[in-house]
Formats: sequence, structure tokens, C-alpha cells
Amino acid sequence: MDWVGALQSGNRLAIARLLTQVENDTPQGRAALDEIFPHTGKAHLVGVTGAPGVGKSSLVTQIAWACRHPADGKAPRTVAIIAVDPTSPFSGGAILGDRVRMRDLSGDEGVFIRSMATRGALGGIARATVEAVQVLDAAGFDMILVETVGAGQSEVEIASLTQTTIVVEAPGLGDDIQAIKAGILEIADILVVNKADLPGADQTVLALRAMLNLGGSPAGELHHGFPTEPETPARHAETDVGWEVPVMRCIAIKREGAAELLRMVDAHYQYLRQSGELRQREWGRILLAFDRLVQQTLVERWRKSATPERIENVMQKLYRRELSPYQALDILVPETTPRLEVEERQQQR
Amino acid sequence: MERKIRILIAKPGLDGHDRGAKVVARALRDAGMEVIYTGLRQTPEMVAEAALQEDVDAVGLSILSGAHMVLVPRIIELLRANGQDKVIVFVGGIIPERDIPELKSMGVSCVYGPGTSTVRVIEDIRGMIDARIQLERE
Repeated sequence: MDWVGALQSGNRLAIARLLTQVENDTPQGRAALDEIFPHTGKAHLVGVTGAPGVGKSSLVTQIAWACRHPADGKAPRTVAIIAVDPTSPFSGGAILGDRVRMRDLSGDEGVFIRSMATRGALGGIARATVEAVQVLDAAGFDMILVETVGAGQSEVEIASLTQTTIVVEAPGLGDDIQAIKAGILEIADILVVNKADLPGADQTVLALRAMLNLGGSPAGELHHGFPTEPETPARHAETDVGWEVPVMRCIAIKREGAAELLRMVDAHYQYLRQSGELRQREWGRILLAFDRLVQQTLVERWRKSATPERIENVMQKLYRRELSPYQALDILVPETTPRLEVEERQQQR
Repeated sequence: MERKIRILIAKPGLDGHDRGAKVVARALRDAGMEVIYTGLRQTPEMVAEAALQEDVDAVGLSILSGAHMVLVPRIIELLRANGQDKVIVFVGGIIPERDIPELKSMGVSCVYGPGTSTVRVIEDIRGMIDARIQLERE
């Protein structure tokens, strides 16, 4: 099947079916990703994260709506949304309910919404979210919004996937100490205080601004913990001006502040391109994504190489304290990984 | 990665009572399925659009308003127009006995009235989807 042609002609059934293949990690899905990968890298990838109930879905909807109904007479942009909700660790099932808040976008041909379950991944997005973004990117959407699960303090994986990360807060969720803890606030390119009509909104804005001021500009070798691109000189050398993380107010359900937020998202994208940081982040993104793929693949290979009985056997010894965890590791995951060698050693024992 | 069953639970029409829909959604979740829930007062177009974008295996429609003979055929027509002719459609809610044969002739697989056990719903859906996967493989 000609996936590139099907995606680029806007065949929504093809997009939806390929997303399923990719999510289930089927051989067909992998082959299609090989085919479409050269056509990716064009969309603006925007992540939206924050605690449960702060209004991420509503805010995503309003950003998308603002893209579709630009006030300044520009052409509307096409938008794809990936909304991630948690998988139950007990049943493996999930309720994906983000569409409930996205009614404003229904019936719009320029919008494509897909719900994804985390399927056991812990970083706030699903394992296949990276690949799903590639599909939507190749399909030619101008902006791809990724909404994470309701994130706590350390679900920061979204920042390694997207170019612009919006962290959403709401009034009354914590004091100024919460604001200086490590984690989710650090990944923000834009901070949004949603539900800004609720009491306490001013304090939340102030606490976030104070947190930002304490740190000065977030310069350094590692931006967002990504390795920097080798050939790229120090950050902001071209412009000499860094990105100052703004704190914005929104009332998503009243559609207030969304147009301004979209302008800020666009400004951040422009900053990334002009400062050269876009290339830098893309480099970091590709390294991290590949690293993850290697880990995933090695674990899968290892699971296939060791029989369940053998694992069980060693685990029993571990349980009886006859082996330490590191000794068990030496037996089950020998230093040299080629399979034949492992099997030889197993026979010798 | 194993293949997950994906189901859209939708409430087309104007009644505002979604307890039944939520009970079924929850039961399907506990049975290990991924359930997309879209909320109240959906038009047939919204239901078909969500089914398409989410590439679901089945669509469950909860209707208590009495408008099922209008809403259900329209949704089935839209699903087919979108190329989703293999999607399983089941209906729950207040459906008079006499309407069931006609709904089934339109392509509805199952109709569930008040008091239906969720275990039965889960078994039916699993059975139908497994049979369909089997067909695809052959």
C-alpha cells in the first residue's frame, strides 16, 4: 500500500488505520513508518501537560480552535491532536475521555483527534506516541498537539517529544515550594494558569513568576536534559537572547486567552528556528528516541532468548536468597549478548 | 504489542442520562478494552467521525429518548460511507421489543435493555470481534 500517497491525500480512514497499526507495533506498521519517515519533520509539535483536572483537554481544544479560526486574517492551519489517557494497570483497559471536552472541534475537516492509552508506559505519554506523531506529521498537519495524561511531578517525557511544551496549572494546587521543586515545571516553554477566574489565580501566577526569577535564565550545557548538538556552538550565540518562559492566564471554557496563547506558541516556534535551538532539540529528540528504541528492542530480545522456566528457576533462587540480584543478573543477562554464546554457557552450567 | 479491542461508547440524541453508558464503559474497561467515551448529546455525524478517527472495532450507542429508529440507521449509513462497514454496532437503552428485528436488519448486532448483565455484553463483544479477526486471518 502507498501510505505516503494515502496520508498526503488526506484519507482519514488511512490515517486512522495506520495509527492503529503503529500503536499495535505490527510488521505492517513498522514497514509503513520506514516509508513515511522521510516525509516527517514539518509539523510544529506542541505538548500540553499538567496535573489531572487543570483543563488540559479544554485548553488543547481552544488552541486548536484558534488555529482554525485565526483572528488576524491568516489562513487557518490544520491540526492533529493526540490525547493520552492512562491504561489500568490491573485490567489493561482504559477509558479515553478527552474527546468529551473537544466538541467545539467536531465536524471540522481540518482537525483530526486520536485518543491513546498509555499501555503501561510511565512517562505521561504512550510508548507509540512518538510513532503516532510521525504518522500525523507525514499526513501534513501543520500543528500536532500532544496532550499527556494528568501528570504529577515527574512525567517529563513529553518534552523529549515535542518542540514547544506548555505546562498547565490551575489555582489552588500548591504553594511556592511546590513551584520550586524539580520536575514538570522545568520542562515548560510556556506556563499557563488556566481557570484564571477562580480565587487564588493571582497567587498562582505570582508563585510561578517568582519560581522563574529564582532560576534566572535556564542556560547551560543541557537544555531540558538533552545533549546538545555537537557542531552547534553555545546556545543563543546567534541571538544572544534566551527564551523567557512566560506565565499566561487562560479561561479555556470561556475561550479566553487562547488566541494570545497561540500567538505565544508561534513566537516560541519562531524563536526556536531563529536561535538554532530547533535543530539542537531535534538532535536531542532523535538521540533519545533512538536510545529508547534500543532499550525496548534489547529487552524484547532478551525476553525471547531466556525461557520462562529458566527465568522462574533463577527467580526462585533469588527468592530463597541463594543468589543475589547481581548474581542472578550475571546468569540471565551475561555481558556478551550474542545468543549462541549465552546458550553455550547455559549448557555448560 | 497485543491487539487491543477499541470501542466507542456514544450517546446520540437529546436525552441527558448517561449512567447506563458509563456503567457499560467501565465494565468494558475492566474487561481490558480501550473505551473512547464522547459525552452527551452527540449528532450522528459526531459519532461517525469519532468512530473513524479512533479506528474502533465496535460502536455502542446508548439511546433512551425513543429516537433510535432515526439515529441508528443514520449512524450506520455514515459509518458505511466512511468505509467502516465492518464495525460492530450495538445499542443499549429503552428500545421496544418490536423495533429490535428492524434494527438488526439494519446491521445492529445486539440490543440491550435495562437489567442486562455487563458480563453478557462483554462476552458478546469479545465473541464478535474474535470471530471477525478470525475471518480476517483466513
